[in-house]
Amino acid sequence: MKSLRELQAIKNKMKASVNTRDSVEGKMRILVGMATCGIAAGARPVLNAFTEELARREISHAVVSQTGCIGICQYEPVVEIVEGDTKTTYVKMDAEKVARVVSEHVIGKRPVTEFTIGALKAE
Amino acid sequence: MQELSLNILDIAQNSVAAGASLIEIDIAAYGNDNNMLSITIKDNGKGMDRQTLSNVTNPFFTSRTTRKVGLGIPLFMMAAQQTGGSFEITSDVGVGTVVKAVFDTSNIDCTPLGDVWDTVAILIQMNEDIDFVYTASRNGESFVCDTRQLKEIMEGAPLSDPMVVRWIKEFIEENQFEIFKRRY
Repeated sequence: MKSLRELQAIKNKMKASVNTRDSVEGKMRILVGMATCGIAAGARPVLNAFTEELARREISHAVVSQTGCIGICQYEPVVEIVEGDTKTTYVKMDAEKVARVVSEHVIGKRPVTEFTIGALKAE
Repeated sequence: MQELSLNILDIAQNSVAAGASLIEIDIAAYGNDNNMLSITIKDNGKGMDRQTLSNVTNPFFTSRTTRKVGLGIPLFMMAAQQTGGSFEITSDVGVGTVVKAVFDTSNIDCTPLGDVWDTVAILIQMNEDIDFVYTASRNGESFVCDTRQLKEIMEGAPLSDPMVVRWIKEFIEENQFEIFKRRY
């Protein structure tokens, strides 16, 4: 069973890589809406998927954080990706869509237009 | 909400927004068949005055400005009451807020507890400057996950590191099962 001793071991292993992710400045920000509406619609697995995908692909130029309700509850889970002055709003996200957003937008810098709020309104 | 653990995440977000530096989440199983679960979320945030407190269970009240409804507390209250359980919220300005809900898990209308470890891990990961104490107890036995203790071991290394987050989830899931002997 997991014990605190293992955490100590993980920490020792981490030593080398610490300090690489301490600065948030200038990084791409992935904001997951985590108010009641977002949580009820499935924001927790979406946030988890972003965290795991970034870790798996060893991406350090982006950080995941949470945000509140931005007032479009019917489109939750909502994820905003902010880089500099550009903001992309993804709607009705799920864990499967996250993989594509990470490879095409976070890494490839090309937003996945079909998942954005713009695509939804054009329907 | 599909799991009570999502309600817990939602209620704890209120504590985060209230500027808490310490948030305690406590789940206790008791009763003849250990069928009763009490879930308590306690914070040392800014608290609420009587007027606000008397409004929080009303779905058409919210402190936010982006929309006109606030469903977090009413949903949690309803989830408890529909099992024949109870709900109470107490608060003092400058001291903090305690939300306590009791569930009869043998009631067919009881929502499953779900993956509490995911909730606790996300809270820790997203709020490095807040301390969290998670306790699961049954029959006088308890398991505690206290970020103050974790931070001491980490000596300044971030708890939000993906490896650490994964460990926190497994640490809670496995140890909690030892206490509860079952999933709720």
